[in-house]
Amino acid sequence: MRTCLVVDDSRVIRKVARKILEELDFECVEAADGSEALDACRKQMPDAILLDWNMPVMNGLDFVKALRREEGGDKPVVVFCTTENDMAHITEALRAGADEYVMKPFDGEIIESKLQQTGLLRAS
Amino acid sequence: MIKIEDITFVAAEAYKRSGLVLSTDKGYLLESRLAPLARAEGYPSIEALIAAARRESNDRLLWAITEALATHETFFFRDNTPFDLFKQEILPVLSRARGNMSTIRIWCAACSSGQEPYSLAMILEEEKARLGGLRFEIVATDMAPRVLEKAKAGVYSQFEVQRGLAIQRLVTHFDQSGDQWRIKPNLRSMVTFQKQNLLENFSGMGTFDVIFCRNVLIYFDADTKKRILQRLAAQTASDGYLIMGAAETVVGLSQDFAPVEGRRGLYGRSGAAKSAAA
Repeated sequence: MRTCLVVDDSRVIRKVARKILEELDFECVEAADGSEALDACRKQMPDAILLDWNMPVMNGLDFVKALRREEGGDKPVVVFCTTENDMAHITEALRAGADEYVMKPFDGEIIESKLQQTGLLRAS
Repeated sequence: MIKIEDITFVAAEAYKRSGLVLSTDKGYLLESRLAPLARAEGYPSIEALIAAARRESNDRLLWAITEALATHETFFFRDNTPFDLFKQEILPVLSRARGNMSTIRIWCAACSSGQEPYSLAMILEEEKARLGGLRFEIVATDMAPRVLEKAKAGVYSQFEVQRGLAIQRLVTHFDQSGDQWRIKPNLRSMVTFQKQNLLENFSGMGTFDVIFCRNVLIYFDADTKKRILQRLAAQTASDGYLIMGAAETVVGLSQDFAPVEGRRGLYGRSGAAKSAAA
């Protein structure tokens, strides 16, 4: 089973995302900020990471930069999922090593469509 | 509940105007699609809207009803496969067959709010270096003025640009204005939008190398499908292609098109031997 790390400081968002991802056959692990997420990745690299931008301790952008320097950190597909919805943020995220970008609010269809774009999910 | 005679009346009018087949068990569809129109037109109920259209044989209102009943569902790169086929097989075959400096004509029949023609324009833009001096013309048509206006504007919501569109394509091919996303002028200028009802004569549109007619004929009865396919064939180059929806087929409906083996939804003109490109 493929794994997805859900990184968001909102427990509600994590729960919603987990439900969507489990329906798409992902096994989910949760983290509340970038630092927790990095710890989780060091234990086990997930196949995908759904990543919020604004979080305490370590934000999503710093996390993805750090992740890409880790051994095996080039592997996970990183999908930002954030309220930051302007071109400047999107290009900054892509430059830092993100693969896809979801602008909140999101729903199951958008998550599925974005995971298809990354090749992690086959188009239905 | 809408009265059965109202459903029958609306179904007959929509069929006459657009070919749309609406069976009388589709009362729920009528309700969900006509309620917003009734509100917009200032009627207290769907019944009042239909009664007004009936009483005055109000042509404008009957068109508005027909338009509201049609399905305009679409998104960027919908179903993916047809776009992969277009890029990986159709373009190479046509560019070899036509040679430099010729113009490849593409028609998106029933383009709704424009996501299909713009997806094709994105591919052409991305493949530009490989396509050399080949020129392209994308003609996109729909019978519904409301969706055509949106298509022409090329402005999409955050929700719409997140369905089927890779983030890299959003960054490359769109400008942001507020919370809306506008297709870039170079792509916008690659597509010509015009109103065209598939039931009406389209022989003046000329010959096309590729026709996308996806998820349209499913709403028509067999006779209408046959007639439209025959007329589409007349506008298709002898070595041209027709692309239909994944759940559609020409089998039993047209002798003019033949399936390209192993390529679901892809058809060539009969007689022109077509095999999948290597």
